[in-house]
Amino acid sequence: MTEVHLPPVTEPALEEIERRADEAGVDYEVQLESLNQWQLAWRKFRKHRLALVGLGILIVLIVAAILGPILSPFVFNQIPKPDKAVYAGRPPSLAHLFGETGGLQRDVLQLVVNGARTSLVIGFTSMGIGVLIGTIVGSVAGYLGGFVDNVLMRIVDVMLSLPLLFVILVASKFFGNGNVLLIIVIFGLLSWMGIARLVRSLFLSIREREFVEAAKAVGVRDRRIIFRHILPNAVSPIVVSASLIVAGNIITEAFVSFLGFGVNPIYPTWGNVLSNALTFIPVGNWWWPFFPGLAIIMTVLAVNFIGDGLRDALDPRSRA
Amino acid sequence: MTATAERHALGAPPPDDILLDVRNLRTVFHVMDGDVPAVDGVSFQLRPGRSIGIVGESGSGKSVTALTIMRLLDIPPAEVMPGSEIWFDGTELLRMPMDAMRKIRGNDIAMIFQEPLTSLNPVFTIGGQIAEQVELHLKVKKKEAWERAIESLKLVGIPSPERRAKQYPHEMSGGMRQRVMIAMALSCEPKLLIADEPTTALDVTIQAQILELLKTIQDRTDSALLLITHDLGVIAEMVEDVVVMYSGQVVETGTVDQVLLEPRAPYTMGLIESIPTVDKRGGRLSVIKGTVPSPFNLPPACRFEPRCPYAWDHCRKVVPDLFQTDHPNQLARCHLYTAAGVGRREQALEAHAQAMTVGRDLGGQR
Repeated sequence: MTEVHLPPVTEPALEEIERRADEAGVDYEVQLESLNQWQLAWRKFRKHRLALVGLGILIVLIVAAILGPILSPFVFNQIPKPDKAVYAGRPPSLAHLFGETGGLQRDVLQLVVNGARTSLVIGFTSMGIGVLIGTIVGSVAGYLGGFVDNVLMRIVDVMLSLPLLFVILVASKFFGNGNVLLIIVIFGLLSWMGIARLVRSLFLSIREREFVEAAKAVGVRDRRIIFRHILPNAVSPIVVSASLIVAGNIITEAFVSFLGFGVNPIYPTWGNVLSNALTFIPVGNWWWPFFPGLAIIMTVLAVNFIGDGLRDALDPRSRA
Repeated sequence: MTATAERHALGAPPPDDILLDVRNLRTVFHVMDGDVPAVDGVSFQLRPGRSIGIVGESGSGKSVTALTIMRLLDIPPAEVMPGSEIWFDGTELLRMPMDAMRKIRGNDIAMIFQEPLTSLNPVFTIGGQIAEQVELHLKVKKKEAWERAIESLKLVGIPSPERRAKQYPHEMSGGMRQRVMIAMALSCEPKLLIADEPTTALDVTIQAQILELLKTIQDRTDSALLLITHDLGVIAEMVEDVVVMYSGQVVETGTVDQVLLEPRAPYTMGLIESIPTVDKRGGRLSVIKGTVPSPFNLPPACRFEPRCPYAWDHCRKVVPDLFQTDHPNQLARCHLYTAAGVGRREQALEAHAQAMTVGRDLGGQR
């Protein structure tokens, strides 16, 4: 077999090399710079239109959440003078794009933007905690198996059989007392079980693959096998279900805050803004509940679209 | 050594010129239906720089032997029975703490697996996978490990290794991947290389290349080779000594010439006879009748007896040992080589010689 040694190839050089190889009449092999897992995934993700739309919406929301409170002329804890003439608040206008609330006449846009901050932070960080715990529990259970697996999975069963909503309500009332950080921790501690089960099942199948045995055969330690060899192979399903957890936690947060058990009403979140709007709906104030509600729907849809796109992009069997 | 001792007393270490000394290795799998003696009393020795081949059909215990040496079996369900000893380079492996064993794996003993397609981690570059091992064992910096990885890729004949090292396994062909596996195995210059069916998953032309490569590299690095295969052709090309396994036991050992040209155990004879050659015209292709016995229902004495054309009642009553044959250093597990087998031995060897020239006459079924 004749083999040609070629220098690393860049695109302009490609034609020249092909020509020369043809002249020499030899078999040649030319590959452009190889793509890693994430570059490949991004290529496929780009083709998923809804996912791109979702990503766009999410980026807009995140930028608004970061910059909005800085740029907005209204500050959420500074309350404008109530104007008795317009008790029901003012509908959207140029000065107040999303209108004004009833009662204290706060700027709804400013509330939505500040709410985005809290809601997104809660959604994403609690997902982070959940995924971290779930991944560790699931990978240890799946890799070690046997007794450890049994104990960890029974804990998961117990956690899943708790009526989570009530636990969240009670916990946020008694421990959280409206503190955002504690809400995040509570949500995180209650959203890892699904991930743990998923990761465990992934590990059960991946640990039987030959490359794991090959890694053991060259003397790699268990911890390194779990986190460096097996986990990267399980990342795609984890990322997909993590995106769904974000959506779930944003909805739950809105729900809990709506019921008045969530974040302290001083700090606007989409849920407690909605909750405050409740009494003003009968006096014709539609814009107050409408915009935070829309924000929730858009965020959850966006995150779900992204999750859908990721599912396709990270599946090695689907071709771009 | 007392029979009642719970922990069997360790035998004396082998002399210095024995690199690997497997003694009375017994590995049992405890499964739902009972105990499977996958490896049942296997012993062999390997000198530094030499090569030995283990042949046998599927389920004969060849791979389990290799995995037991590497201590890669899950315990339970597997159990290495007391009395087994594996001496490597002056130390006993089975009693070694796992930490010390990890240091030996990949560094002193390297293993090449059957499936190059699945033995490489799909999410790492191949250079990274080789470098990881080098970093682990030789305690060198990342950059140095990477350079060494490229060097070993060059050694196994991978063109433009700098570029190849940055590629992922799915970007390479099967033959290339097996070269990568060999490069990985060699990167730490092991004293012993265990190759478990290294060419079974490759097509024939690539097989020849890989075997050639394995041989040159083994010569160059002076490491010993333990080759596991079911392919007698591969054995003939690659090794100096042969161990033939059947149903978990060694049935014949000897040099490659002895075992392949003048086999003495009836099982090996049957194997060799079943190879089609151009000289054997006219007759039907010989086969070994019957199937490998179930591990739950082993024959009472000799395990090959139900399929053996030379068996007589003695074979059903007395368990055969490995007996010295008419060749020096060639052992066969068969009563033909005891006093009881005198007379039958000549008949058997004659029948074998006959079968080797014209094929076995099956009585008018031409």
